Amino acid sequence: MKKIFGRPAGLTETLQRYCPGCGHGIVHRIIGELLVKLDIRERTIGIAPVGCSVFADEYFNCDMIQPPHGRGPAVATGLKRTRPECIVFSYQGDGDLAAMGTSEIIHAAARNENITVIFINNAIFGMTGGQMAPTTLPGMKSTTSVKGRDIEKQGYPIRVCEMLASLDGPYYLERCAVDTPKNVIRSEKALKTAFMNQINNKGFSLVEILSMCPTGWGQTPVQAKKWLGEAMVQYYPLGVYRDRSKEEK
Amino acid sequence: MAEKKLMYGNHAIVEGVIAAGCRFFAGYPITPQNEIPELMSIRMNEIGGVFVQTGSEVAAINMLFGAAAAGKRAMTSSSSPGISLMQEGISYIAGADIPVLVVNVVRGGPGLGNIAPAQSDYYQATRGGGHGDYFTITLAPNSAQELFEFPRLAFELAEKYRNPALILADGLLGQMMEPVELSDELVDPNSLAENEWALSGCKGRERRIVRSYDLRPGKLEEWNLRRIEKYEKIKKNEQRFEATDCDDADLVIVAYGTCARVSDAAKKLARDKGFKVGLLRPITLWPFPTDVFADMSKRIENFLVVEMSCGQMIDDVKLATEHRSKIHFHGRPGGGVPTPSEVYKEIEKVLGGAQ
Amino acid sequence: MTKEIIVSGFGGQGVVSSGIILAYAGLIEDKHVTFFPSYGAEMRGGTANCSIVVSNEPVASPIVSNPDIVIIMNEPSLTRFEPTVKPNGLLLYNKTLIKSKPARTDITIIPVDANIIAEGLGQSRIANMVMLGVMAKKTGLLKLETLKEAQRKRFIKANKEQLTLNDKALEKGYGLL
Repeated sequence: MKKIFGRPAGLTETLQRYCPGCGHGIVHRIIGELLVKLDIRERTIGIAPVGCSVFADEYFNCDMIQPPHGRGPAVATGLKRTRPECIVFSYQGDGDLAAMGTSEIIHAAARNENITVIFINNAIFGMTGGQMAPTTLPGMKSTTSVKGRDIEKQGYPIRVCEMLASLDGPYYLERCAVDTPKNVIRSEKALKTAFMNQINNKGFSLVEILSMCPTGWGQTPVQAKKWLGEAMVQYYPLGVYRDRSKEEK
Repeated sequence: MAEKKLMYGNHAIVEGVIAAGCRFFAGYPITPQNEIPELMSIRMNEIGGVFVQTGSEVAAINMLFGAAAAGKRAMTSSSSPGISLMQEGISYIAGADIPVLVVNVVRGGPGLGNIAPAQSDYYQATRGGGHGDYFTITLAPNSAQELFEFPRLAFELAEKYRNPALILADGLLGQMMEPVELSDELVDPNSLAENEWALSGCKGRERRIVRSYDLRPGKLEEWNLRRIEKYEKIKKNEQRFEATDCDDADLVIVAYGTCARVSDAAKKLARDKGFKVGLLRPITLWPFPTDVFADMSKRIENFLVVEMSCGQMIDDVKLATEHRSKIHFHGRPGGGVPTPSEVYKEIEKVLGGAQ
Repeated sequence: MTKEIIVSGFGGQGVVSSGIILAYAGLIEDKHVTFFPSYGAEMRGGTANCSIVVSNEPVASPIVSNPDIVIIMNEPSLTRFEPTVKPNGLLLYNKTLIKSKPARTDITIIPVDANIIAEGLGQSRIANMVMLGVMAKKTGLLKLETLKEAQRKRFIKANKEQLTLNDKALEKGYGLL
């Protein structure tokens, strides 16, 4: 029998331990394909976060490092500055990037560090069991906001792309989603741009990807995709927030 | 002999680090070590190295994690409050068995404390400092000359054992100027061998993973036990100290860094008055030079521990002498620096009036 | 022989430079030396001071609490350091800027019109050099020629005219006694 579909060489054969309907697998696949398509797998160093995707160091078929929670952009800086010939990406969730690691991501962006950051926003803490994330929507239920996020007491969510777009530093910022085939294709395009920017020494690129967490949200995979497309996209509008290649033209 | 140059201790560290072939520095300003990042920013630019002024000490130590995981010699420096912030990163680096160099120019604490010289970070340096079972190789220089020489030793030990190394200085050593004989023997960073664990892209080899976690049942325990074997090897091979006038001594002063200099002068005062006093200066604080203490405690009746703290190294002296000797203490916490006459008075208290 | 020295004055009076020149001079004469400045918040907006130890033996502590010699460049420094000088010690003070008179009778006190002399040479900021010259003559601790060599190590980027002027100030101070 002829094999017509399989894992890209950018992913290992290891079984991924994500929940049914989780968006991580989709994004992993896109990255795994790009490592091959862009012929960078053998010179790439990936950074796995703390959170559900902590095991990403077992899934991506390239050199990998697993640093402390939120510190990916700093570790990426150390790697990239000492090995400029390598392609360095930091894969981070919303607890990792938008809570613990706010300082590291802001300063890496401000320095226009020549790295690629993939930011998975699923509005919840998955690994630790569904607690409120910095990106949890107002009124959204979590195990630390059981009656829904109370903005009076628990404050407002953080919009990372908009926040980073207030800096002069970053080269490229885009927010995508993986709830529909169309959005998945758009995500792939954005991620390719983000890697190409690094290959061309353009500087800091971040792609935020709105992603489903049916388990954390207490929904079925189908419901989760629908909710993402309706509620999340409304709070976190998709689109390009910074593209300095446009200014260069 | 190379010409002696009058240098700030902090500048001697910079030149020592560069002479050791290190081309990566990331750090954040904090008194009393600001001269290190300042000079680094100039020198790294001159020699094509990397200098990053970071958003915090947390970022600095993690940049080191990245640079060292890439197989390059990398260092940061800070002072006490900043070193506290780095502990998370040091724990991960120790857990991933990655060699880095961290310099702590210690100041008074706890909290913001003050900017005066202190030795109150001894526990933090010698007990791991962050979470988990680990130790960091800790060197204690006592002159600008040693501040220049120890970075190379620290890198070599760190790489030999794949373990973070610390240099524990203090505000006085960092801020003072002293003649330094600069060695013209420079390590060429390109001459350093590629490590078999370094991240560089997996072309032509199996991919590599640097991490400090293992969630599989029993695996982390195995990993930790292997690391304990490494620590035992370090304890056996790397104890360093300097002993002077200890052979006939009725009392041996135990002090490191700045306190060792002060105690050396106190020892001379005491010898002039006929007291038989020696000085034992631990150079490695971890591994603590336990063997020499075990040996000396069989014949030395009194040890006087002198520290710029409320008493931290004294615990190690007690453990190493196994209660065979009397352990006395003189401490100046919160930025106080003892004087030779002050230490001499303590000697007199122990050994009685003039001999 | 161990001599402990403190130099103190306002920022801008060349206090740190004086200390480093003394340390360099000691080094040139093959002595053991240390130089330790006041640092950090202590020096913001106030008096700068530094400790120098020159010795035939390795220096124990670079911190000086009871100096053999003090060089006082301004009024607040006199108040602070006069009481600390060792009995039979030496206190040099810049008479031009200090109106009070030192009160100690158990030490040698030498007033120097440092700023007036320096201005006479064309530059008030070399008053510190005048003081160093006086000290060299009075104590014999360091040679005049060594101080001239030492200031060249401190002011590596200075032009020839400035270095010559510094020499003149050192000589002028040296010749006062």
